[in-house]
Amino acid sequence: MIGWWQSLTLARRSGAILLTLIVLTALLGPILVTDPVSQDLGRVLRSPSLAQPLGTDHLGRSMLARLVHALQLSFSLAVLSVLSAAIIGISLGLLAAWRGGIIEAVLTSIADAVMTLPVLLVVLLFSAFAQGEFWSLYIGLSFALWVEYFRVSRASIKATLVSAAVESARMLGFDRLYLLRRHLLPALAPVVVTLMLFGISSAILALAALGFVGVGLRPPTPELGVMMIELFPYYEEAPWLIASPVVTLGLIMLALALLGGRKEMP
Amino acid sequence: MLNILRHLLLRRCLQAGIVALLVSTVCFFLMHSLSGDLAFRIAAGRYGYDMVTTAAAEAVRAELGLDRPLLQGLLFWWQQLLQFDLGDSYLTSAPVIEEIREQFGHTLQLAISALALSIVIALPVGLIAGLNPHGWLDRVSLALSVVLRAFPPFLLGILLILLLSSKLGITNAANASHEHGGLLLPALTLALGLAAVSSRVARDAMVEVRRSAYFNFARTKGLSDLLALLRHGVRNAAVPVIAYLGVQLVFLMEGVIIIESLFAWPGIGHALAHAVFGRDIPMIQGTAIVMGLLFVLCNTLVDIACLVADPRQRYLATRRADT
Repeated sequence: MIGWWQSLTLARRSGAILLTLIVLTALLGPILVTDPVSQDLGRVLRSPSLAQPLGTDHLGRSMLARLVHALQLSFSLAVLSVLSAAIIGISLGLLAAWRGGIIEAVLTSIADAVMTLPVLLVVLLFSAFAQGEFWSLYIGLSFALWVEYFRVSRASIKATLVSAAVESARMLGFDRLYLLRRHLLPALAPVVVTLMLFGISSAILALAALGFVGVGLRPPTPELGVMMIELFPYYEEAPWLIASPVVTLGLIMLALALLGGRKEMP
Repeated sequence: MLNILRHLLLRRCLQAGIVALLVSTVCFFLMHSLSGDLAFRIAAGRYGYDMVTTAAAEAVRAELGLDRPLLQGLLFWWQQLLQFDLGDSYLTSAPVIEEIREQFGHTLQLAISALALSIVIALPVGLIAGLNPHGWLDRVSLALSVVLRAFPPFLLGILLILLLSSKLGITNAANASHEHGGLLLPALTLALGLAAVSSRVARDAMVEVRRSAYFNFARTKGLSDLLALLRHGVRNAAVPVIAYLGVQLVFLMEGVIIIESLFAWPGIGHALAHAVFGRDIPMIQGTAIVMGLLFVLCNTLVDIACLVADPRQRYLATRRADT
C-alpha cells in the first residue's frame, strides 16, 4: 500500500486525497445533517453562519444538507451506471473476442455507432423516456458508457488469447473459467480501472448538465445541476449560494482528472 | 491516395447509416412508451385540441402506421427514415427538416466561431510555451489548462456570465441572445474549453519539433529561430493539433447542446433539449440524427485533413489498404 502510494506522482496523490475527502463527505454527510427539502420561509437567502455553514437558499433550505445529498446522489448514480456499463461491456467484449464471426461483426458495428454519438446526446435521448426519473438516466448512462469497455476488453482479450501463456494453459487442460480468471481478466484490469475513473467523471457531468438544462432530475431533488439553475437568479443577492454547487462540481472534476492522469496534461 | 479515400469514405458511410438507424430505433420505442393514445396526441398537436375527433385520430393512425404491430411499425418507421422523411413536429406541426435547416445555421455559426477563437488562443500560447519548456509561461498555461479542463462548458458559461456581465459590465447577460449579437460569450465559453487542450497539444508538439534533427539542422544552416519555426515547426506541430480536433469534437458537440440552452442560442442543441422537454419525438429524432451525422462528417473531415497535412500517414494508410 505504502509502496503503491509512493509510486504515484504528486498530481495523482493530490487527486486521490481530494477524491477521498469528497467521497467521505458524500458517504457521511447525509447521516449527519438535516433534511435537504424541509423549508423555512422565514429564513431565506441567509449568508453562511455557524448554524448553516453554507447559508440557506431561496426557500430557506439548508445548503449544506442539499449539497451533501446531491453529492451522494451524483456518486451513487455514477458508480452504479459505470459498474453496469463495465460488466455489460466486458461480457460482450469477451463474447465477441471468443466467438468471433457474425456476433463480433454485429457487436462491433453497434459499438462503433454508439461510440460516434456523444455521451450527453445518448443520455438526453434516453432521459426522454421518463423525464425526471432516476432509472431513465441510469439506463442512458449505461448505454452510452458500455462501448468503451467493450472495445478495450475485446482488443485485450483477443491479444491475450493468442499469447503463449494462454496456449500452454489450454494444452495443460485448464478450463475456460480458469483462463478467464487467471489470464484474461488480470490483463484487462488496469485499463478498466482508468476507464472507470473517466466514466464516473462523465456520468457525474452528464447528470449535472442535464439537470442544469432542465431535462434531468427535477426539483426539489437536491442535485448539483438542478441546484445551479435554481440558484442562478439569486447571484446578485447571494453569490455564495451559486458558488457552492459550482465549486463542488469543479473540485470533483479536478480530483478525477488529477487521479486519472490524462495524457494531455503532463 | 484515391484508394485510401474510398476505403475511408465507405467505412464512414456505413457508420453514418448505423448511427441514423440506432437513433431512429430509440426514438421509435420512445414513441411507443409515451402514455395515452398517440394518435389523439398527434392529432391534437396538428389540428388543435378543439378539433380532435375519432375520425381525425384514425386518419393520423393510418398515416403514421400506428395501428401496425410493433415490428411492422418499426419497419415502417425505418422506411420513412430511408425516404428522408423526418415527419412533422408534434408541437409546431412544421416539417422537422425546415426547422432544423433554420437552427443549423445558428449552430454552425457558434461552432465555427468557437473553433476559430480556440485556435487563435491556443496556437500562440502553445507554441511560445513550447519554445521555452518549464518556463513561466509554460507553467502558467499548464495550471490554467488543468483548471479550465476541470470545468465543464456550462460551469465555464456560468462563471463567464458572473464575471463578465455582472462584475465588469462588458456584456449584459440578458443581452447574450442572438438578436443582440451576443455571440461572444457562448463562443468564448466553448473556445476556452477547447483551447485548454489544444494549447497543451501544440506545446508538446512544439517541444517535440525543437528536439528533432530537422529543426536543429534548420537552425544550424543559419535560419533564425522564427524562420525555422515558420518553415519547419508550424506544419509539424499542426498535425497533432488537427488530429486532436477529432477528439475535441465530442467536447464541442456536448458543449453546443448545453451552451445553446444556457445562452438561449436558437440552434440545434437548444432545439434538442427543448424537444426532449416537450416530448416532441420527430424533433428529437431529427435533431439527434443530424447531430450524429454531423459528428461522423466532422470526423471524416479530420481524417482527410490529417492525410493531407502529413505525408507519412498517407504512406502508412496506403500500406494498410494494400495488405
